[in-house]
Order: sequence, then structure tokens, then C-alpha cells
Amino acid sequence: MAGGQVATARRARRQLPWARTVFWLYAATLMLPLLWMFGMSIRPNEDILGSFSLIPQRATLDNYQTFFTDPAWYSSYLNSIIYTSMNAVMSLIVAIPAAYAFSRFRFAGDKHLFFWLLTNRMAPPAVFLLPFFQIYQSVGLFDTHLGVAIAHMLFNVPLAVWILEGFMSGIPREIDETAAIDGYSLPRFFIKIFLPMIRSAIGVTAFFCFMFSWVELLIARTITSVNAKPIAATMTRTVSAAGVDWGLLAAAGVLTIIPGAVVIWFVRNYVAKGFALGRV
Amino acid sequence: MALILDGVRLRRRGEIWLDDISLELSSGMTMLVGPMAAGKTTLMRVVAGLLPPDAGRVTVNGADVTSVPVRKRSVAFVYQQFINYPSLSVYENIASPLRLARDLSRAGIDRRVREVAELMGLGELLDRRPAELSGGQQQRTAIARALARPVDVLLLDEPLANLDFKLREQLRADLRTMFQGSSSVVLYSTADPTEALTFAAPTVVLGEGRVRHVGEVAEMYARPPTLAVAAALSDPPLNVLPGVVRDGRVECLGTSFPAPHAHRPAHSPVQDVTQEAAQDVVLGVRPHHVTIGEGGPGTLAFPAEIRLAEVTGSATFLHLLLTGRRHLVAQLPGTQLFVPGESTTAFVDPAHLFVFDENSGRLLAASAASTASTASTASTAAEVDPHG
Repeated sequence: MAGGQVATARRARRQLPWARTVFWLYAATLMLPLLWMFGMSIRPNEDILGSFSLIPQRATLDNYQTFFTDPAWYSSYLNSIIYTSMNAVMSLIVAIPAAYAFSRFRFAGDKHLFFWLLTNRMAPPAVFLLPFFQIYQSVGLFDTHLGVAIAHMLFNVPLAVWILEGFMSGIPREIDETAAIDGYSLPRFFIKIFLPMIRSAIGVTAFFCFMFSWVELLIARTITSVNAKPIAATMTRTVSAAGVDWGLLAAAGVLTIIPGAVVIWFVRNYVAKGFALGRV
Repeated sequence: MALILDGVRLRRRGEIWLDDISLELSSGMTMLVGPMAAGKTTLMRVVAGLLPPDAGRVTVNGADVTSVPVRKRSVAFVYQQFINYPSLSVYENIASPLRLARDLSRAGIDRRVREVAELMGLGELLDRRPAELSGGQQQRTAIARALARPVDVLLLDEPLANLDFKLREQLRADLRTMFQGSSSVVLYSTADPTEALTFAAPTVVLGEGRVRHVGEVAEMYARPPTLAVAAALSDPPLNVLPGVVRDGRVECLGTSFPAPHAHRPAHSPVQDVTQEAAQDVVLGVRPHHVTIGEGGPGTLAFPAEIRLAEVTGSATFLHLLLTGRRHLVAQLPGTQLFVPGESTTAFVDPAHLFVFDENSGRLLAASAASTASTASTASTAAEVDPHG
């Protein structure tokens, strides 16, 4: 009986002889640009422009050293991390109560409001450039981390509300009622019972907020100049009189991938669950 | 303890959910019986304070609690779905109402949690999360949480409906002993007539948002005052046949029997059936009172076509088609084999027929047999067992 099952499993695997090959081919295609960039980042500029080879002849960490010693580079890297984290935290603080309200209460125009939130995501970010620039200039938010974080909430809060509402609606209302009967006040119920139940949703939402804020360039670049300049903006301004510093740019690129990779490593289980449960 | 509902009404989206419910319940157990959508859950939610009524008052121990928020009320609620706090252990689940009440010390809470857990057979499972428990254990946890804190009103909304048969039987027995001498008002709803009968508690029959009848369940079963009560307390469902009372005889599908003397129940003054010129009636008979093949003297014979025979092992349910495309189900003892499509004859002793007025649904006449059974306790017990 057990042997029969094993045989069946083997046969099932044998049905797709090319699966492995196709997978690795696909993976290699995806990875090639990244590998190429990594290769560039550990080579001097002359080698990058001179010879064509996958394996670097003279490996060096000079590019990385330049990155971490030049304030223009590392400070913009930090800027991005700061406003992205601020944005994720602020978006969650606003979106969790909003999503709870949408999932639990019926009020006049609730469905319209919920849909209207999403429409905020339908306009291209360029539309908001001018108003943001003008308003920030006049209220003193221009070129601040807080300013970028708030600007990014424009498209992250609707997304966060949308994701969280899906999760929260999957939690039976009876749990809220039971808590009320037991004597929990709403804030206490939220902290003690409700938030632990939607941990994975919060993880998924934080990841998406982080990701969208991290990759957003247009708004972040327009409303900053020096103090809160994002790393992506610095990367687009590397053409100097001496030409393009390919190696340094590649090193910055590699480092820019890392925070995203770290975040997704932490939430990888939650994201899988989130795709299955929520409306990601 | 006393729970009084006074003229409670509730409407939602133009539908009547509760219609003028007035009840007086005292300490101990009260059963709330009715089919689906009868208003059982709605009524419980109103009592708990989860749903504000449009009109009427809810009074507990003389104090009007109609507008008191849920958190401030002394109630506990057990849902049909197994509702526990998933992020807390079984221990913390049971302890949470005690911790919030703040009237017990840490040690006192610990003692109480262990006591209730022992009572519900959860002693070994206190460290587990609800997700790591079986359905029966999850519901035990929910019940334990409801029992932990002494409350004025304990509400159990079909607590056993989502459990499998064996667990249900066992928990039912446990709950019955547990609530016997309870000082709280325990309101227990069920759609299952067997459950209502086995608890043998004062019973409220609900239907379409109204109170159909209040009384002792055994008596209601033996002499259902209305068709709705008879239907709510019959499992398998009551067979219903059309009939006419004319010249002192009840006519039904080509056969007839002498109309029994009309009873005059105290709560519903009814005119003497025998004096009516012609009156449309509804005849009700429980499936286990229908026999096949053998009819004693005076039984009614209905020619029938066999449509379906369901064998459960201890019983065979025979679905029959009578003249006029009327359906009749017979519950026969043991495993019996029938061929669908064949003709047969169904026999019903008129003594087991309930005659209801078609318009009001009130019982006009019950058979002598079932009246006699209310008189003697021994035969009441026999009558109460719906599978007997």
C-alpha cells in the first residue's frame, strides 16, 4: 500500500521531465541582471567598460567603500529607510482603525467611501506633484522625512485599508461581541484580542507600504532637495564631468535591493498567508 | 433572579424579527424552541444587549436594562459557532471575564478557572490554543468561559448544533445536570425537538418572531395547542393532511372517522367541533404513528405509492404518496425493505391524529389516547420520546 503510493508519487513527478530545466532557465533569466549588477559593483570602472566577462578579473570593494564614506550617498540611503519606515508605521496607525470601522460598522455612504479610497490609487502620482510641492513649500514640510512619509500615505493608506479590511471581515463579529459581553472596553479588546488575531495582516500591509514607498521616486524626488533626498534620486544624478561611475552605481543598486529583501524575508510566511486569505 | 421581557419588538429592513414578545423567566433553565428564523437568536441578542429593541423593555431583577450597554450587563453568551479568543490559551480564555470583573484575587481566579475547566473536562488542555482543540473541546471552552463568572443571565444559542451526534449527546447530559440548580436565568435555544424534550425544562416555543406557547414541554408534546407548536416539537417532521369536519365526522382523503369530542383548553375557547356544519381542518400525525400492512379495528386506511425508503438502521423512513399528491412519512421500526413504485396501504389510528383548525391553527380535538397520556406520568414519558 505504502509502496504503491510512493510509486504513484514518482510517476506523478516523472510526468513533467522538463519542469526542473524550465524552472532553472526562468530563474537564471530573472537573476542575470542582478548577478550582472553585483559583478559590476565589485569591479573597477575600467574593467566594466573594457572587457566582457561574467567573472571579475580584479575583485574590489572600493565601490562600496566610496558609497559608505561619501555623505551624499549614505545619507540618501538612510533618508529612504527613515521615511519608508515612518510611512509604514503611520499608514498602519491610520489604516487599522479605518479598516475596523469599514469592516464592522454600517454608516451612511460607507461603501462609496470605501470605493473612493481606492480611486486615490487610480490617478498617476504625477497629478499630485504640483499641489504637494506648493503646499509643502508653504507649511515647511518641503525636504523633510515627515513630508515624504505623509505624501506616500496618499497611496499607501487606501491600500492598507483595503488589505486590512479583507482580513478583518474574515474574523467573526461574534468575537467582538463576546469580548463586549466579557467586559472588554474597545481599546483593550483591540490591543489584547484583535491585534494579535490580525498579526499576519499587519505584517503583509507593512510590507506593501514599505515596498511602495521604497520604490516610489517621482514624488519623493520632487518634494525633497538635500536633507531628505531618497537614494533612488541620488542614483539618477550620478553623471558627472568624469562620466558615469558605473561601479559605484552598481554598488548602490545592490544595497538598494537589500532592505526590500530583508523585509520580505521577515514577512514571507505572512505574505503567502495573506495572498490566500486577504485581498492582496 | 428574574428576567422579564415586556412587549419587545424589533423590525429590520421592513421585516418583523420580533413581534410583541412578553415573557417572564425565573432562575434555572428555560428552553427556547423554534424552527430556523423563528427569532431565537434575535431574542437572545436583545436579552444580551447586543441588539437594541425598537420597542419594549428588558428587566433583570426589577431593574430596566434595556438601554444598559453590553459591557455593563451581567450576561454570558455561548454561540452556535465555537467562539473563543484564538490568540489566548484555553486558560486565558476562561480567565478573561474574571480578570475584567476585578472582583477576584489572582489566586481566586486561578482556582475558579481550574474548577470550571475540570467541570467541562478541559483540565488537561489549559495550555492549548483554541485552534489546537477539537470542535467539542472548543465549544466546552466557550461554555466554560460563560460559566466562569456568576451572571444574572446565561444565554446559550444552539450551543450543540454544530457538534457531531455523539458529542452532542454527552454534552447535553453534562449541561443538564449543570444547569439544574442554577441561580442564574439560563436561556437555552434549540431547533432540535429531541433536545428540547430531553431537557424537560419550562419551554417557550417561538415562531415567526412571536411567542407561540409557553409551558411544560412534555405536555406540549402530548397535546400541542397549535399546529405551529406541534410542528416545532416533532422530529421527524409532523405529517400534515387536509380534512373537513362534517356532520360529526372528520373526512380526510376519502376516509372518515367520528370526530372526537372537542376539548376546551382553558386558553382557547373553541366551539364544539361536532356542531359545525362543515369546517376545514388540518390533521397532524407523527411519523411513528403511521403503520404499514396491518391495521387494527377502527384505523384509517390510506392507499399509497412508495416513493422512497430511507434505512437508518434502527428505523426505516418510508416516504409515501397518497391520493391528491399528498406526502406522508412513516417511521417503521428496524430495517425493512420496500420497493419504490409499489403500492401499499398506510394505516393511522385516529386516536393519534391531532385535529387543528385550518384558519387559527388551534387544536380542535386531540385523540383520547394522547389526552389520557397527559394524565398519567408513566405514559407521558413514553409519549415524550419522539423515537419511541
